[in-house]
Amino acid sequence: MQVNENKEFQPLIVAFCCNWCSYAGADLSGTNRLNYPTNVKIIRVPCSCRVNPMFILRAFQRGADGVILCGCHPGDCHYTSGNYFTRRRMTLLFSMLDFLGIERDRTRVEWVSAAEGAKFAATMNEFTEAVRKLGPNRRLEDLRCRKQ
Amino acid sequence: MQEAMIKRAKELLADGSVKRVIGWKRGEFAYDITPAVFESAEELDKDFVFDDFTSANVSKYLVKESKKEGKVLVFLKPCDTYSLNQLTKEHRVDRDNIYVIGIPGGPKLDIEKIKAKGITGILSVKNDNYTLKIDTLYGEETMPFSEAILDKCASCKSKKHVTYDELIGEDGDVLDSDRFDMVEKLENMTAQERYDFWREQLSKCIRCNACRNVCPACTCEKCVFDNPNSGVENKAASDSFEENMFHIIRAFHVAGRCTDCGECSRVCPQNIPLHLLNRKFIKDINSLYGEYQAGADTTSRAPLTDYTADDCEASIVHERGAE
Amino acid sequence: MLKISLSRLEELFAAIAEKQTLYIPSDRADGAAEFTKWEPGKALTQKLNTLRSAKDFFFPQTENIVDFKMEGKNIQVIDQRSEHEDFVIFGVRPCDARSFTILDKVFLSEPVDSFYKNRRDHGTVVTMACSRPAETCFCGTFGIDATEPEGDAACWSDGEDLFIKANNDKGQAFIDSISSLLEEGDTAKLDQVKAKTKEILSRLPLANLSTAAFGGDTLNEHFNSEKWAELSESCLGCGTCTFVCPTCQCYDIKDFNTGNGIKRFRCWDSCMYSDFTKMAHGNPRTSQLERFRQRFMHKLVYFPANNNGEFGCVGCGRCLSKCPISMNIVKVMKALEVK
Repeated sequence: MQVNENKEFQPLIVAFCCNWCSYAGADLSGTNRLNYPTNVKIIRVPCSCRVNPMFILRAFQRGADGVILCGCHPGDCHYTSGNYFTRRRMTLLFSMLDFLGIERDRTRVEWVSAAEGAKFAATMNEFTEAVRKLGPNRRLEDLRCRKQ
Repeated sequence: MQEAMIKRAKELLADGSVKRVIGWKRGEFAYDITPAVFESAEELDKDFVFDDFTSANVSKYLVKESKKEGKVLVFLKPCDTYSLNQLTKEHRVDRDNIYVIGIPGGPKLDIEKIKAKGITGILSVKNDNYTLKIDTLYGEETMPFSEAILDKCASCKSKKHVTYDELIGEDGDVLDSDRFDMVEKLENMTAQERYDFWREQLSKCIRCNACRNVCPACTCEKCVFDNPNSGVENKAASDSFEENMFHIIRAFHVAGRCTDCGECSRVCPQNIPLHLLNRKFIKDINSLYGEYQAGADTTSRAPLTDYTADDCEASIVHERGAE
Repeated sequence: MLKISLSRLEELFAAIAEKQTLYIPSDRADGAAEFTKWEPGKALTQKLNTLRSAKDFFFPQTENIVDFKMEGKNIQVIDQRSEHEDFVIFGVRPCDARSFTILDKVFLSEPVDSFYKNRRDHGTVVTMACSRPAETCFCGTFGIDATEPEGDAACWSDGEDLFIKANNDKGQAFIDSISSLLEEGDTAKLDQVKAKTKEILSRLPLANLSTAAFGGDTLNEHFNSEKWAELSESCLGCGTCTFVCPTCQCYDIKDFNTGNGIKRFRCWDSCMYSDFTKMAHGNPRTSQLERFRQRFMHKLVYFPANNNGEFGCVGCGRCLSKCPISMNIVKVMKALEVK
């Protein structure tokens, strides 16, 4: 990867957002006219714990360079405890991806409430930049899916 | 030991307390032993074997066998009893239909390690006071017993039977093992080194599914990788992504349920150290959520179906170890 | 016979690799042998055989067949076939060499499999006679002489020199291309080595295994045997035996949606799997017993019935050493041949 290519590199970010908090947070950042990169593609899920590890891997397979999972703050889950399970699952999954040598900064969990439009935009800006720095996802890429 | 086991099995068959016996059956050579179901004293006398090569964990067969008519007798080594306990906990076996006789565990031998010494044409293997005397087509060979021990036995975690109806021989204790050493060594490498290590290992995978099918924790009626409607079904890894995905998902699905019996690595025809993936999860669970041994009991909550309000955040992964 | 000193093997490999891609069995980091592309410094393994069979060269585990691209209402079909480069596989054992004959019967009979034929046409198989058979070997059962290998050209080693002989025109062309390195040699010592190997072959534990009880006309007898239940009882239903087998040739054709088109590929399949030959109504073989029976009936009964008595096994012994529960064709044959 050359430097000049890196400058132009536009990462594809997949953000799984829970319906009750984070998706509303994204909405709020929109209505507040806050900027966040168009690189972020949001997938709405009923609860952050709907996301199983396969979703994360499938996102990488289909060309994501970074995957972020957003849910209600611990204690605020619409279903009482969903995000607590998410937290354990994703901790273990990310640790395993790290163990396999996949760059840590490609995955993240962030708690964003419906009132935190600003936090949502800031998180996405920051995450997109972190992934941009890493360059294209090569270690967990399905070559067949690369756009020719 | 073998005689005592056959004798006891015959008694239990004769008085009608059990209908079938799960054990190990003699093969063509010294080492190719097959798990088998015995139904009569004659079969037991003819083929039942228990020796240094009876390493197969037979607990998974109980999923099928315990649902059949009549009680089944099973001989379990200490590590196998953890698997049975875990299956009992998940309601995959009918424990009331199983009569467990606890038998001493290994260390068992790995024929591949003997063959790796260049020893071939193996006709018989005898353990003479911890020296293996191997009779081959090309003359007699010897090697120390300790160099042919199965990896899973070399890092044995427990000699204790966690469930049994009776014991033949003594019960042992939970051991301090060095089973996490290799995981730790990998954790201390750089991400690039870890990546290279796993690429070399996982690229050998031929997707034979032996690791999955032998695993006592893998008892789904239909695996997601066999289900055409799952969207991820595949019969062969077409590229490195699919190699990674299969093994990550498989290890994740047994995380918190894997008893670390080591069967996955034992059966892998390509010698991939798959147990390291499971041990990584076990190590993480132990350090992040408290010591937990799957299969040690039948009542506790598994770490992934449990939580506390002050669990660590996923960002802990970013904060520790080498980059 | 033509020969070259074993100490000059590297020179020989370099000469071959200069003209076409050369694959030899060599040791990988974990000690197992596998066929790898030769490059300077890569040594021939001392192991009897490779962990995986040599069938991958002609029938790889996965291969792309055709791509589809959609643009609006148009579908573009992109044929993935291309002319294969010339290559040499050196050091194929007699059992694996025979497996190519068996695969040929499947893939080269009408309708010809053009993917397979393409590779077969461009590949030269140079075999290597055995001198240290293992206890799991039983190629003799299927009429293979481990001291007289088939293949385009055959090699023997007497410990000092490598002898080489062509079996057909392709093999002769191969030898001609390296003839400057070869010299005429005396085979007296080699004949002794061969005699010694033959003596060991006769003493192998499985030397007396016979196919007499099998073949196309034994179908009903074996299909209905009660022994399948006991034999298949412990089968895990994994595909290890199938995937290490040099003669297993079943495959599946699947489509993969890449998100920007479809890739149609084929991959090895195993009759041991629950979704093997799955059709709209489901799977024709619903129990592991039926699947297990299919594999061995295919090799011992159906295949010879359709191929002039040729069995679908070459006795390489890979399934004997790799099956997780050590159930294999030898145990099946021994159980079934007892009336």
